[in-house]
Amino acid sequence: MPTSQLARLLQNSFDQLLAEWKSSQFATVGRRLSASDENTLSANSREFLTLFRQGLETAEVQDQQAPGWAPIREFLVALSASRAKEGYTPSETASFVFSLKEPLFKLLSGEIKDPVELNREIWNLSRGLDRFGLLTMEAYQKSREEIIARQQREMLELSTPVVRIWDNILAVPLIGTLDSNRTQVIMESLLEAIVSTRSDIAIIDITGVPTVDTLVAQHLLKTVAAARLMGADCIISGVRPQIAQTIIHLGVDLSAVTTKATLAGALQVALQRTGAAIVKGHGAGR
Amino acid sequence: MQVQSSQSISVRTSEDVVAVRQLVRKGSLLLGFTIVDQTKIVTASSELARNLLIYGGGGVAIVEIVQNGGRSGLRLTFEDQGPGIPDIELALRDGYSSGTGMGLGLGGAKRLSHDFEIDSAPGKGTRVSIVRWKAL
Ligand SMILES: Nc1ncnc2c1ncn2[C@@H]1O[C@H](COP(=O)(O)OP(=O)(O)O)[C@@H](O)[C@H]1O
Ligand SMILES: [Mg+2]
Repeated sequence: MPTSQLARLLQNSFDQLLAEWKSSQFATVGRRLSASDENTLSANSREFLTLFRQGLETAEVQDQQAPGWAPIREFLVALSASRAKEGYTPSETASFVFSLKEPLFKLLSGEIKDPVELNREIWNLSRGLDRFGLLTMEAYQKSREEIIARQQREMLELSTPVVRIWDNILAVPLIGTLDSNRTQVIMESLLEAIVSTRSDIAIIDITGVPTVDTLVAQHLLKTVAAARLMGADCIISGVRPQIAQTIIHLGVDLSAVTTKATLAGALQVALQRTGAAIVKGHGAGR
Repeated sequence: MQVQSSQSISVRTSEDVVAVRQLVRKGSLLLGFTIVDQTKIVTASSELARNLLIYGGGGVAIVEIVQNGGRSGLRLTFEDQGPGIPDIELALRDGYSSGTGMGLGLGGAKRLSHDFEIDSAPGKGTRVSIVRWKAL
């Protein structure tokens, strides 16, 4: 059967095919769909069938790269991306295209009487739809990866908040292990914040860092040096006695950096340096 | 010296280095190390585990609780089948690094522990073993 004939068949039985395809999709999704999900699914199905029929007018099913299939490819990529975002499972996403096979083949077998030709048509269509299905899965996978990468970036940023605690004074509380990936992000966001807030002093608080080994020390020293180039001084706070002792045994020289045991101590030094001071006194209302 | 318990971790990624530190911290807590002793041995383990990963191409870290004449301590052994260290004295020198490190890890680990043994030869791999005893 020439593809144009297939296109005509699809056109004539469009509504019936759409209805059957939709009901088999509702069945495979397996969970209860909200009314708006059902509407989306109906609209998606109608659009796919329309594009599929239009594609058949100019392109062979086997020739997936044909210009005639470009719109349907774009449509599938966009559909997969939105399904990935909305939390559809991989099999729910894949079944969109694959579930079209059954109603479509049923339609064909009602139309083509010669079993050999029927077989050939089904085989051709099946391969074509499989490729559309694979494209759907690749796009779905890619979107999932993008979502995960974005979440990771967001977490990296979340775990290193640079806060402006006073005029011209920034603070970064570091928490957890400083693997190089994170340290890089911390360094960059601190330097950016120094520039954007025109701060003179940055307090790096390591109270939440359990182990300060030579790699962590090296990262800290590099950050301090880079900040200095931007015109800001760093104070490292949270240097508990056990950390100080260990650093000395390691042979790391922190003498060029102001260190303090507590964040409060660091803030006091920073305020003195910037000329501000906290004065004990009576509350304003009293 | 008697070995009371022994646990090992294979070190292939930087997450494994974190796992080594955590296991060493657990062992030192079990032994009742002071916070200073805990910090020292955990930091030494971090240095040696990272050397194992970066220079040795990965290997195994063994954490043991040992006893000797009424004293108890933590023994850590790091073994790899990497390229080995051609000049151990140079490697131990403060500030020497064949990579981009501070060159303080090996010497630092030695200063942070009571016993330190290193066995390495080019092409044979490297084995570093340290012990920190519990203060009486
Ligand atoms: N397991 C190992 N296998 C091979 N070479 C090692 C190993 N551990 C240390 N070294 C060598 O010893 C040098 C000094 O180590 P270290 O003091 O930890 O400094 P860093 O790690 O900063 O280079 C390393 O640069 C490396 O050349
Ligand atoms: Mg090292």
